[in-house]
Amino acid sequence: MSVRRLDPEQPKSFAFTPENLAWAEATIAKYPPGKQASAVIPLLWRAQEQHDGWLPEPAMRLVADMLGMAYIRVYEIATFYTMFQLSPVGKKAHVQVCGTTPCMLRGAEALVDVCKKKIHPDPHHLSADGNFSWEEVECLGVCANAPMVQIWKDTYEDLTPELLEKVLDGFATGNPPKPGSQIGRQASCPKGGPTTLKDFTKAGK
Amino acid sequence: MALQDKDRIFTNIYGFQDWGLAGACARGQWADTKSFIDKGHDWIINEVKASGLRGRGGAGFPTGLKWSFMPKNDPRPSYLVINADESEPGSCKDREIMRHDPHHLIEGALIASFAMRAHTCYIYVRGEFIREREQLQAAIDQAYEAKLIGKNNVHGWDFDLYVHHGAGAYICGEETALLESLEGKKGQPRLKPPFPANMGLYGAPTTVNNVESIAVVPTILRRGGAWFAGLGKPNNTGTKLFQISGHVEQPCVVEEEMGIPLRELIERHAGGVRGGWDNLLAVIPGGSSMPMIPAATCQDLTMDFDTLSKLKSGMGTAAVIVMDKSTDVIAAIRRIAYFYKHESCGQCTPCREGCGWMWRVLQRMERGDAEKREIDLLFDVTKQVEGHTICALGDAAAWPVQGLIRNFRHVIEERIDKRQASTRQAAE
Repeated sequence: MSVRRLDPEQPKSFAFTPENLAWAEATIAKYPPGKQASAVIPLLWRAQEQHDGWLPEPAMRLVADMLGMAYIRVYEIATFYTMFQLSPVGKKAHVQVCGTTPCMLRGAEALVDVCKKKIHPDPHHLSADGNFSWEEVECLGVCANAPMVQIWKDTYEDLTPELLEKVLDGFATGNPPKPGSQIGRQASCPKGGPTTLKDFTKAGK
Repeated sequence: MALQDKDRIFTNIYGFQDWGLAGACARGQWADTKSFIDKGHDWIINEVKASGLRGRGGAGFPTGLKWSFMPKNDPRPSYLVINADESEPGSCKDREIMRHDPHHLIEGALIASFAMRAHTCYIYVRGEFIREREQLQAAIDQAYEAKLIGKNNVHGWDFDLYVHHGAGAYICGEETALLESLEGKKGQPRLKPPFPANMGLYGAPTTVNNVESIAVVPTILRRGGAWFAGLGKPNNTGTKLFQISGHVEQPCVVEEEMGIPLRELIERHAGGVRGGWDNLLAVIPGGSSMPMIPAATCQDLTMDFDTLSKLKSGMGTAAVIVMDKSTDVIAAIRRIAYFYKHESCGQCTPCREGCGWMWRVLQRMERGDAEKREIDLLFDVTKQVEGHTICALGDAAAWPVQGLIRNFRHVIEERIDKRQASTRQAAE
């Protein structure tokens, strides 16, 4: 459990773009008639993506109206699920550092220190230029490539403090590095090369 | 005898090859699928029962038996829901299936849905796996395009497969919380009974299975339940994706035979414990909720459900978290306790209050700022959380703390002694 509240400063209104509206209608159609509330998380998530990475209160009301849900039910969803950002995040990158034990054992605490130094001493605060923010999150399910961070849709894995600084510099200059392992590993294959399936390392075999 | 490549199911687990339909077919997937469906619902369920497959999501319940609980003549629609909310710290296998070998899962979803007379399946992917669900959706689109699934498909069983996603709540990996979330509510677990097979998604018969459990089914049918049952150990059959993280030279995901010795697993595939086997302090064998096992017991340990549960730990998701002697073991468990505090859904008081309480006490114990009698008190509180909540998150939060106290009580006591000695010195 964590206390999560809406930001005191909210935009006046929110509307989906025509593309997102069409996408939302197709998403609602995945669920049986009368069960459209099932689409609440995907719709809120799309609203957050459209709104610079954070979910404003008018979007919650819009989604509630679209799905025939009471506003309070949608507020509940937005505050229960921690991927919904309730306050503005960095324009260029919101850095989510995995801090749970498998990442911690391999140095996640040093990654948090990098964020404190380069972005802001506290999580969920914008950097001075408004371009960056960070938070420590719980296990992101990339444990064999620990430690790691997620920025927007992608993960940056096998990090050291130096490699994370490089990743952040990449986002600052608009040239983010290739996602995945930052030490050149293929996915979760052992660093020294596969110990199994050696005949399957080439495309087409 | 290690598992041979010819007996590996996930031959593209690292993504060296084409993840798409052409690549999957070249690796033998989607072959003879129609012949399995022609053999009927019961043949499939019996073959899965014969394989001895036990659920790969953590509890290890026999998959074929679970399927047989679904009602046969029910006017309500039946649903298969695949649990891809992979969130147990240490676990990172379903991600590899979804992004590198997704057609195993799609074919398995069709077969399992047919076996349970379901025409609709939802795959609930954790919210953070954005690229993974994009990849999975792309593979599903390929399968629709090729008429492998969908209405009037080549297999003769109308079948719709949808990707759904969460938004960052570990608790949604619990099957009834997952169903609540899929219905558009907070992920708070339901009381059982009624079980999902009778009253699941939208009040209809539902089976919830882990990604890996479903993804291995097509290969089991192609090669026969007896083939799968011949691998591993009795009652712990088949192959398994192991995930080795923490203090090893080469963390990795690897498919191995059930019952593989832990030491062989770590040394053959993960490059060994950092600093050598003798530098091992403890392992968490099955994801963060499983109690740790100290190095002395690890020497001859085999990785299977029955062996690990005898040791008061568990196989869980086969996520092996390795800790070497440099680990502050109290801090490692304190961080796990924080995880459960963060992820408790807040529904049951023992868990909501207990998880925070355990974390705060462990924070003090990490500094040595505690009394020795509090160790017993902490253990007692874990016993008051365990078994007193609607779902198993309370148990999952209690077990690692119990494992710490059972195996490393002396470390906590030493830390308390040290701190007390230093404060005495300061006072003098």
